[in-house]
Amino acid sequence: MGLVMGTFSMQSNKQDRTYRKDKIDDDFELSIVCHRPEGLDKLEAQTNFSKQELQVLYRGFKNECPSGVVNEDTFKQIYAQFFPHGDASTYAHYLFNAFDSAHSGSIKFEGFIMALSTLLRGSVREKLTWTFNLYDINRDGYINKEEMTDIVSAIYDMMGKYTYPALKTDTPKQHVDAFFQKMDKNRDGVVTLDEFILSCQEDENIMRSLQLFKNVI
Amino acid sequence: MAAGVATWMPFARAAAVGWLPLAQKTMPKPPVDKKSRSDEILFVNVSGLRFQTWKNTLDRYPDTLLGSSEKEFFYNEETQEYFFDRDPEMFRHILNFFRTGKLHYPRHECIQAFEEELAFYGIIPEIIGDCCMEEYRDRKKENQERLAEDTEAENAGDAPLPPDATLRERLWRAFENPHTSTMALVFYYVTGFFIAVSVIANVVETVPCRPIKGSIKDLPCGEKFSVAFSCLDTACVLIFSFEYLMRLYAAPSRCDFARSVMSVIDVVAILPFYIGLVMPENEEVSGAFVTLRVFRVFRIFKFSRHSQGLRILGCTLQACASELGFLLFSLTMAVIIFATVMFYAEKGTKGTTFSSIPASFWYTIVTMTTLGYGDMVPDSIAGKIFGSICSLSGVLVIALPVPVIVSNFARIYHQNQRADKMRAQQKVRQARIRMAKKGATNAFLQHKEDGGLQDGDGDSTPLCVKNRSAFEHQHHHLLHCLEKTTNHEFTDEVTYSEVCVTDSVGFRTSRSTSLSSQQGATTTCCSRRAKRRAFRLANSTVSVSRGSVQELDTLHVTKTPAGTQYPQSRSSLNARTENLKLNCDDYTAAIISIPTPPANTPDESLPNSPAIPGILRNSRSSTFNTQETVKISSL
Repeated sequence: MGLVMGTFSMQSNKQDRTYRKDKIDDDFELSIVCHRPEGLDKLEAQTNFSKQELQVLYRGFKNECPSGVVNEDTFKQIYAQFFPHGDASTYAHYLFNAFDSAHSGSIKFEGFIMALSTLLRGSVREKLTWTFNLYDINRDGYINKEEMTDIVSAIYDMMGKYTYPALKTDTPKQHVDAFFQKMDKNRDGVVTLDEFILSCQEDENIMRSLQLFKNVI
Repeated sequence: MAAGVATWMPFARAAAVGWLPLAQKTMPKPPVDKKSRSDEILFVNVSGLRFQTWKNTLDRYPDTLLGSSEKEFFYNEETQEYFFDRDPEMFRHILNFFRTGKLHYPRHECIQAFEEELAFYGIIPEIIGDCCMEEYRDRKKENQERLAEDTEAENAGDAPLPPDATLRERLWRAFENPHTSTMALVFYYVTGFFIAVSVIANVVETVPCRPIKGSIKDLPCGEKFSVAFSCLDTACVLIFSFEYLMRLYAAPSRCDFARSVMSVIDVVAILPFYIGLVMPENEEVSGAFVTLRVFRVFRIFKFSRHSQGLRILGCTLQACASELGFLLFSLTMAVIIFATVMFYAEKGTKGTTFSSIPASFWYTIVTMTTLGYGDMVPDSIAGKIFGSICSLSGVLVIALPVPVIVSNFARIYHQNQRADKMRAQQKVRQARIRMAKKGATNAFLQHKEDGGLQDGDGDSTPLCVKNRSAFEHQHHHLLHCLEKTTNHEFTDEVTYSEVCVTDSVGFRTSRSTSLSSQQGATTTCCSRRAKRRAFRLANSTVSVSRGSVQELDTLHVTKTPAGTQYPQSRSSLNARTENLKLNCDDYTAAIISIPTPPANTPDESLPNSPAIPGILRNSRSSTFNTQETVKISSL
């Protein structure tokens, strides 16, 4: 009887050990992946940031992601912390794709910095192009209603449930319709980059707001 | 805010550019950060040990002492450093938390010292990383138990009774703590003596004494000196009964006392005597009566009142009951198996002692425990083979794995307990962390309350708004931008459910901006809470009306029970003023105007409602309250 019990307990121990070993192997493999950015001078030349700003940004980035890359899950977690009211994961997904222009599945420091440079210090055209690429989920050069509805729904998801006035099911749709009303000049159901930029430049509010984020860093 | 979020703030704000083309309203102005942007190295001197770190590192956790403006209190102008008169060794761990985002528990430190340091620096222990959490929990529990024991021992005994204690209380005290008075001590020793005497008498009365003259057989002493022994027995029983009755009288809760183990033992010890008294001198019953006398041996258990060791043994057995039970069960299984096998193996033998399976139990147990009395021995070859297998497996079953099984089961048992405990603790942990986070989410709503989103210039913003950290300002600006993009506002659960209620009631409202008290439909909602909110938008003309508020539901009080709880979040202390229940009759106005879509309105015609929804809150009292209770370091 004791034999039986003893062998059972020994078995489970061994299984535990092998499972743990595999897990440790996996972790070991993952942690080897590491990325170092190019030199400070090169980055300074490529972006609109000063050396000091790059230093501060990199120190923060390296502290959060010691391996030098951000993968999508981490990105979603980080972004979700800014919007505790609602669910930011969908919008974070679109944002991740916008940052990860090379579609490699992870954002390195260079990509991060380039995007920040465009958003904060770029020209109006560059900012609007970046925003267009964000909305254009499948990167075909056109924003259609489905893509826009996805984006707008994702933004409304971030608001959470408790809003005033209460969110109705067709609120995103109304918003999208208003958007297309404004942006789609030739009424062909899609918005191209030129239409987008033109319409935004005509809108004073948008132009003014674009200058708001200059001094974020 | 959780780990390192402050680092990603610029990125989150930059990403807000993506909302701009969608926004239907203008974005609010960003907060102006007057401080210099460049990162600087701070010097922190902790009892002579100098640490240096980036300012950004400390700013990562604005809820702590080092991350908030509270550290300015410790700034030393002459030496240009922050001086803390605390343990430098512990500070190393605290600073590592800021650097890496994970709090570790140093195993060689005292747990209370560690907790005090955490409390000082404003860090909740729930964020200790998983690697150290178990150790921390175990040590903390151990410590608490030890402290509980100590205080119990202290309280239990030796504090003198208040002078007006009743006789009952004094008596109970004397029984429970014999050291308190000489009388109690005397009584304690006397009962102990009599227990011993009684037990020895029980033993001695069965010893054979020399026979009385004229007979050959040896008599047990009990029968030779039956008078003496019965006198002794009677005396002991009288004393025990007296003691039991006194305890019963003195016990504060007689039911509990009657159910306790010791009282059961007392009763069992004296009962045989009384039963013997009332039983008639009958042949049949006296047989049963004799067995009853066996229970007199239970008097020995009365010693456990006198011996700490016995009590501990009892507790240990109680604690290990389940393990012992399983051990017994597995042994029983083995015994049954082998007994069956031996019985059928020996069935054929003539005149075998293995008359039945239960009879074989005895053989199996004796063989497995390697006793081997030899009163039952197998004859057939098969019997001998199985007999030897039985004895070999007995060695293995009992001698070897007993320690292994016992420790294994202790480990598995504790593991299961730990898993359940962890799950339960995890929930508690998450709840506490969520509560701290909730503080952050409510911070934005509170910020709106305080008029922090006014587009006015710096002078008119309330003091409590100004004193928020730069990080908070930026975060609130970000959330405000999101509100503008979607043209909806953040509210809390209460307001939301309420608005739903009023919507469904077909509440059509928009009243003009008069101050008259309104009856009818408004009172359904307003009578419960009349809320007012300061207007933030430029094109609003509704005046703030006075009135009382039943409940300021966006204000929460952080209850800090003396000393044991850490302030949840320095930056978001909202006070729920529960004592602010003002009379509903007093309120003079409740103005609620919700722009309802035309489809909902019933036939009544509505005056033009102002475009802005206005649920007014008593901003004055709220800011007043927040100023009172918010722990702002620089007022």
